[in-house]
Amino acid sequence: MSERALPAITPETRHFWEGTRAGELRLQKCVACKHVYFPPRPFCPQCASSDVNVFRASGRATLLSYVIHHRPVPGFVPPYSIAVVELEEGPRMMTNIVETDQTPDALQLDMPLEVVFQPMNEEISLPLFRPSAPAAKSPGRAK
Amino acid sequence: MKPGSIAIVGAAETTRLGVIPDMSQIQLHADCALNAMRDAGLKPSDIDGLACAGESPTNIAHYLGIVPTWVDGTAVGGCSFMLHVRHATAAISAGLCKTVLITHGESGRSRIGALPRSILPASLQGQFEAPFGIFGPPTMFTIPVLRYLKTYGVTQESLAMVAVVQREWAAKNPRAMMKDPITVTDVLNSKMIAYPFRLFMCCLVTDGGGALILTSADRAKDFPQKPVYILGTGESVEGPMISQMADFTSSRAFRVAGKSAFDSSGIRHADVDHLMIYDAFAHLPLYGLEDLGFVGRGEAAAFVAERNTAPGGKLPMNTNGGGLSYTHTGMYGMFALQESVRQVRGSAPAQVKDVEVAVCHGVGGMFAASGTIVMADRRP
Repeated sequence: MSERALPAITPETRHFWEGTRAGELRLQKCVACKHVYFPPRPFCPQCASSDVNVFRASGRATLLSYVIHHRPVPGFVPPYSIAVVELEEGPRMMTNIVETDQTPDALQLDMPLEVVFQPMNEEISLPLFRPSAPAAKSPGRAK
Repeated sequence: MKPGSIAIVGAAETTRLGVIPDMSQIQLHADCALNAMRDAGLKPSDIDGLACAGESPTNIAHYLGIVPTWVDGTAVGGCSFMLHVRHATAAISAGLCKTVLITHGESGRSRIGALPRSILPASLQGQFEAPFGIFGPPTMFTIPVLRYLKTYGVTQESLAMVAVVQREWAAKNPRAMMKDPITVTDVLNSKMIAYPFRLFMCCLVTDGGGALILTSADRAKDFPQKPVYILGTGESVEGPMISQMADFTSSRAFRVAGKSAFDSSGIRHADVDHLMIYDAFAHLPLYGLEDLGFVGRGEAAAFVAERNTAPGGKLPMNTNGGGLSYTHTGMYGMFALQESVRQVRGSAPAQVKDVEVAVCHGVGGMFAASGTIVMADRRP
């Protein structure tokens, strides 16, 4: 049976994939220039400093853009969304929007999203995003 | 390179285009290379510089019997040939070689002797894009478009107009694969591929190739064809992942390559008589028109809808029918260059009147790379 393509972890990305397995979305931040970046690398892509920290991101994001793919792909049931989200901390990442209809009406640009982690095997959990729970948007919870 | 100091003196496509199951990829390179040498009145022993993508220059030199003193295997996708032209002008100017052959051949449809298409699971794209179901260009190149449409209030009907206008050009071209007229309704009713992209907004998948021969302008008058002079060139790359493209409404690689080509050529936009913008998908000409500065940001869709790029318009664009209707082997940039050469020579099937300056703009990968070439019918 054809299965979904999965990442092969490299030394520079291990912290990210260990994070998703532990239920955390981990980004990196440059100590020197404060730039927050993704995908992982052991130096800042803005100022080249190697003084960078790994930190846990909020998991909150908004929908930047997407397509709804209608053709068969191993491990997917079409139609399914392939999206790019903008994380609250700034970086963007590709993902799938889940737990909602895969339709243009259900997938509105700029809608608030939150990360969920889908275990694929013992090593890999993929960061997917779903529409934010209404509670997360209430004034009392917003920062 | 001084503007106009290098010229294209040979240009040809494969004898056939479209579905060619009886030729492997390397033979497609050879078929168009031999046609281009015939066009220029040259033999393989006259070529001392070689550039190609898809196949290694090692393979092509050996197959054709060429002994190069300069090779370029730059492979950044469909605009690799624009970069080859740029690099060849520098190499000839520097005296590294005298006569450069650039080849493209791709069995994109029949997949005879073609390289496998795969994403390494340990690459950044393999780790951070492939797990989310990307599967070929229709699932990647297309992702920025909804953001572009929302930012500028552009409709899917306007996107469809790009395909409609290019089919009008293709109807004038006997070698175009798709020639029947289409309407906006036809485009919007064609099969859904990856919302908002329908089949007619996506390029063809074909077999074929093309080759160019360049030499110094001082020698160009000794060749049988009317020389096409290189006025200016530009190139750039942005990155391998569509998700990391800095601005979903504009390509940095387009802007950098385009500005370099315009600045080095000394032309203004008003000087441009003919334009090619690589159209793997219907949105690319919109980004290209804006990022090259022909129109302002968000104005390209209206510019196309008002028929400025259509037959009879003031800026004829993609006059072979483009990747959407003419041919698209996978790395289409060579075919855009071939059409620019034909238009400047005055030999195109849908010939535009009095083309003195032509701009040819290519993309590689998913907005990953770009190359821009400015050509002219005379030395400045």
